Amino acid sequence: MTTPSLSKAALHDLTVAELVQALSSKQVSAVELASHFLDRSAAHSGLGAYVDVRRDITIAQAQNSDARIASGNAGALEGVPVAHKDIFVTKDFVTTAGSRMLNGYRSPFDATVVSKLGAGVAGGTPGAGMVTLGKLNCDEFAMGSSNENSAVAPVDSGAPAPVRNPWNTQRIPGGSSGGSAVAVAARMTPAATGTDTGGSIRQPASFCGITGIKPTYGRASRYGMVAFASSLDQAGPMARTAEDCALLLSAMCGPDTDRDSTSLDVAAENFTAGLQGSVEGLRIGVPKEFFGEGLADDVRNTVNGALQQYEKLGAKLVPISLPRTELSIPVYYIIAPAEASSNLSRFDGVKFGHRAAHFTDLADMYKKTRSEGFGDEVKRRIMIGTYVLSHGYYDAYYLQAQKIRRMIADDFQNAFKDCDVIAGPVAPTVAWKLGEKSDDPVANYLADIFTLPGSLAGLPGMSLPVGFASCAADKGMPIGMQLIGNYFQEARLLNVAHRFQQATDFHAARATGF
Amino acid sequence: MSQSNTPILLDRPDAPLVGGYEVIIGFETHAQLSTQSKIFSRASTAFGAEPNTQACAVDLALPGTLPVMNKGAVERAIQFGLAIGAHIAPKSIFARKNYFYPDLPKGYQISQFEIPVVQGGLIEFFLNEKKMSVRLVRAHLEEDAGKSLHEDFVGQSGIDLNRAGTPLLEIVTEPDMRSSAEAVAYAKELHKIVTWIGICDGNMQEGSFRCDANVSVRRPGGPLGTRREIKNLNSFKFMQQAIDYEVRWQIEQIEDSHKIQQATVLFNPDTGETRAMRTKEDAADYRYFPDPDLPPLCIAQSWIDEVRSHMAELPRAMAARFEYSYGLSEYDATQLTQSLALSNYFEAATKVCGQAKLAGNWIMGELSRRLNNQDIGIEQAPLKAETLGALITRISDGTISNNAARQVFEVLWEDATATVDGVIESQGLRQMNDTGALEKIVDDVIAANAKNVSEFKAGNEKALNALVGQIMKASKGKANPQQVNDLLRAKLR
Amino acid sequence: MSLTTHDIARIANLARLELDPVHSERMLVQMNGFFAIVEQMRAVDTTGIEPLAHPVAAIGDIALRLRDDKVSEPDQREANQVSAPAVERGLFLVPKVIE
Repeated sequence: MTTPSLSKAALHDLTVAELVQALSSKQVSAVELASHFLDRSAAHSGLGAYVDVRRDITIAQAQNSDARIASGNAGALEGVPVAHKDIFVTKDFVTTAGSRMLNGYRSPFDATVVSKLGAGVAGGTPGAGMVTLGKLNCDEFAMGSSNENSAVAPVDSGAPAPVRNPWNTQRIPGGSSGGSAVAVAARMTPAATGTDTGGSIRQPASFCGITGIKPTYGRASRYGMVAFASSLDQAGPMARTAEDCALLLSAMCGPDTDRDSTSLDVAAENFTAGLQGSVEGLRIGVPKEFFGEGLADDVRNTVNGALQQYEKLGAKLVPISLPRTELSIPVYYIIAPAEASSNLSRFDGVKFGHRAAHFTDLADMYKKTRSEGFGDEVKRRIMIGTYVLSHGYYDAYYLQAQKIRRMIADDFQNAFKDCDVIAGPVAPTVAWKLGEKSDDPVANYLADIFTLPGSLAGLPGMSLPVGFASCAADKGMPIGMQLIGNYFQEARLLNVAHRFQQATDFHAARATGF
Repeated sequence: MSQSNTPILLDRPDAPLVGGYEVIIGFETHAQLSTQSKIFSRASTAFGAEPNTQACAVDLALPGTLPVMNKGAVERAIQFGLAIGAHIAPKSIFARKNYFYPDLPKGYQISQFEIPVVQGGLIEFFLNEKKMSVRLVRAHLEEDAGKSLHEDFVGQSGIDLNRAGTPLLEIVTEPDMRSSAEAVAYAKELHKIVTWIGICDGNMQEGSFRCDANVSVRRPGGPLGTRREIKNLNSFKFMQQAIDYEVRWQIEQIEDSHKIQQATVLFNPDTGETRAMRTKEDAADYRYFPDPDLPPLCIAQSWIDEVRSHMAELPRAMAARFEYSYGLSEYDATQLTQSLALSNYFEAATKVCGQAKLAGNWIMGELSRRLNNQDIGIEQAPLKAETLGALITRISDGTISNNAARQVFEVLWEDATATVDGVIESQGLRQMNDTGALEKIVDDVIAANAKNVSEFKAGNEKALNALVGQIMKASKGKANPQQVNDLLRAKLR
Repeated sequence: MSLTTHDIARIANLARLELDPVHSERMLVQMNGFFAIVEQMRAVDTTGIEPLAHPVAAIGDIALRLRDDKVSEPDQREANQVSAPAVERGLFLVPKVIE
């Protein structure tokens, strides 16, 4: 990879890998980069991707990066800009989780992932040295697949406004990491963090034509991620290429023994090391349940095209079955709301966040505060979760769901006897129109069908751009392919995706005007 | 939260009845574990700090925080399990108990529900020299809540979360107690065990050891009555008062043919009455489910063995040893192992005098009487164990009589600098062992009391005692009573 | 199985949510719509299946990690209370708690 000559205009076209080189070879400074991306983000604020930007703080971080580069103490990604999904708590930026409940909330600490990508934990191991551009919009408490559930006003817009898909600003970007996907796709940041509970990294990546990966549950610390569903939430990077995702993921993973009991004792890994490996003889499992009815023709044809591309590269396609794919919808929508209903009980107006202005007594304060603070989708899930855990229903719903969850995980282990990775669509359709499904929650839930099974099993999964819709209605909308690996096979997934991106240029495509 | 929903009631024909009713009591005790840091955070557990200065981000449930388990708390749970002969679960589960309350920062309490860490076990103790035992259902780990302060805020309460996250061991019994006296004796024994093994400081004023009593009454052999739970009994005195009041109240209700409603009640020490708490209408539905932030707690046998190897000798084992190696009765042995300090005192004194039984009697008699009078612990006794040992030696070697020993004890108690032999000499308490001198006194007394002599010879034993008394008087108590008896009988034969 | 408005009221109260009649009615319809797709799940035979708590436990036991009993959290009351709705003398204020 050669670094192109750096005209300022081109800075935002460089990948993370290229920016690392440009910075270390002093072709550009961290401060120049930071202000370039801040300017560009301001110019495209109409997309509603950012919810908090603080130029002074970003520039100060960039100056520190330049100092570390000068003194030869540069971190692995020193000076490269990044932006964080607003579900990660941050000391220097407001953290809202897309909710009225946390309007203006200031966390006294940084999420572990934020520290690891940034300057590191004070007094602890140094971080990768990335510079934070700001916080990115998302569905309220990461609940949603269209980013239409955010209650927070994006930068430069006085009121809550939808996040728009750069490929068609009348369409949703996907969710819940919609702001992250849009910021990367519109090149307002070279890379961003996201979180994935039931597909919240993979689906928006697919809808916005970028690359994103969700690692094995427990590989990245959950400390400092505002909790949605504890047994499903996982952090991951979103960028334009698999190589860039590998660079960020290498810095994000590793045990957080002091802060997170669910983080696994699996050492951090250099995910770029195996990127070039051949896919010759790779066995790609193709689950028939991922290609049934309800799958848009454009998606089916495009994903099939990508699979043929892999065959050209020497991979073998193996038909497999994930028989409980459809069951994963009710199972997920029982487990996630159950955990969420409990995780969101701390939002009671006592210690932090919103408190109702008028109430008669304590009980009334709780109810008014929570009814004002939570949006409709969050309330729906709290209601579902409270109900399935309540007396007399626990066994029939929550416990039953956790048992089927194991069956789903076992299905994957059987499948991996016959294949190395599993491939299929990320979502049944391309990004839909703003408002199209906003008052039909169940329709939104059904659209998660292909990402839920991997989430329930805690498996690593990623999305990479493999083409565009051609039908009149959806013309030009990006289509992503999902890769699912066995536990701790992130390196393999990134390698498989990287080889595809070396042979194709869908990942390099640019939305008109961005 | 009571775990024993369908208790196997012990048949207790010996159970004392109150107005013809059998009293049935079960206990739930919250013992704060003596760790430095909290159960799921690294904040300090020290008592009495400025409000919320020891409530860290995790304790406040700030967004993004997660629990990380304190090994010290688990270790203490294992110690307790070993101390009461319980089963220690190789795998136990933390669950969330969901309810809203201002002193509960997360909106749920992390506790253990279906699978607790300590299962079963037995607490044994004496009540009026009668051996009793209470079966434990379980003991589980959980986090304490914060405190609501109602004073100094008009129409508002202040929330201090310093206590939030302090490790608790909740110890639940079967309903095996049949009187307030039994209940208090059980609570005292439990208090003894947790302080003896050092897992809890036992400070009831500071709330380190809080008892809830489940009380119900029934006609002997009749169906179980509805129980009411008396919360937060933080002194043994109140415990007895509260239960007695509650029992009388329940019996009155039944006698007036009112139904008892299951309720949680508080004891008011000022009025001496219990009153029902304001019931939360949905309190019943805690929506327990395994905490997804905490994988199962796994305890390997090797860890249990290691903890056992570091544990001090337990009261029950020590009492058994006292019976075996000192020939004490089970009752005496138990009395002498009421606290580590007491048992240490006993062993130190015995080491000096080699008279375990005598040492035991003096400690349980004269010594404890004086300790009680002055309301001080054995640690503060002005008379050290070694000194008592020396005193007992002088009794057993015949140097002084028991009565004289009491006088010596008196002096030693008041004057810490005094020595046993010093006092014996200065007070001239040495027994008269010079037979010649004694014989003279005996002869004089016989001569001077012809009446008693003849009565004795006529078969009136009492008359002898009168003579003995005269002789002891004449010898200013220095004569050895046994010796006097023998001499008299010899001369009057 | 179908929920009633009474169920909705009970659940809302448990969750400390206040729903006016309009929202309550909409919630009822949406929740019943959701539980319609849940029915298929209840029919699955799961006898003898262990529930899966930590996903990675699917391939091996995950045991709780224990930390040493050490205090290392300094007093950060000020920073921790920056976003508190009502604080006085370091205490969080709430409407009077009646027991």
